[in-house]
Amino acid sequence: MSELMLGEHQLGTATLVSRTSLTSPTTDTLKAALYLASATKDASTTVYNTTGEVSGTGYTAGGVTVTAATAPTSTNASATAGVAFFTPTASLVYTTVTLSTAFDCVLIYNFTQSLKAISVHTFGSQTITAGTFTLTMPSNTTTTALLRLATT
Amino acid sequence: MLVTTTKGDMDDSLLEKREGTVDNDNELTTWVEYWLEGELVHRSAHVTLKKTVTLTSSVASF
Repeated sequence: MSELMLGEHQLGTATLVSRTSLTSPTTDTLKAALYLASATKDASTTVYNTTGEVSGTGYTAGGVTVTAATAPTSTNASATAGVAFFTPTASLVYTTVTLSTAFDCVLIYNFTQSLKAISVHTFGSQTITAGTFTLTMPSNTTTTALLRLATT
Repeated sequence: MLVTTTKGDMDDSLLEKREGTVDNDNELTTWVEYWLEGELVHRSAHVTLKKTVTLTSSVASF
């Protein structure tokens, strides 16, 4: 929460108000790393590291780049209630990998801003053998977006 | 159809195909496996996330 208030994550498309320049706004690069089922990744995770990260043929430590072509959006249901939301615009795809040890977690983190963690998402334990692992994002709506900041 | 396997690309007609689905509140997952003479030679999975990360706050009144 504090990192959001400090404006430490520039998600989606570049805006005119940027940390680095008002005339040449930039966005941050987000990445997504997979973690073993035995690893402990949760809301207390503050930064990406390789402890517990999967390893195997075709997988590069640090994971894949997240496509975040759309900036966060917000809607107000009333004068006091609203939702700001954000979802990556493409699936996360790990192509032709062999990950023999079970994994069940993806960490989305800010590669540009000191590898700071953004969110952790868990799913049923998986292994991949000479195959592709695809993580498809939910719809980018007020109720289903991957990341939501709601006031009530 | 050619399938990438631990033995190289193989025609799927030579392989035993197994598929499965998991659908719950957290995810929709489909997976496909190809087996050759009792050995797993290919496994892919596709997970669609359903659960979102939500931070909530309330508006103070005075």
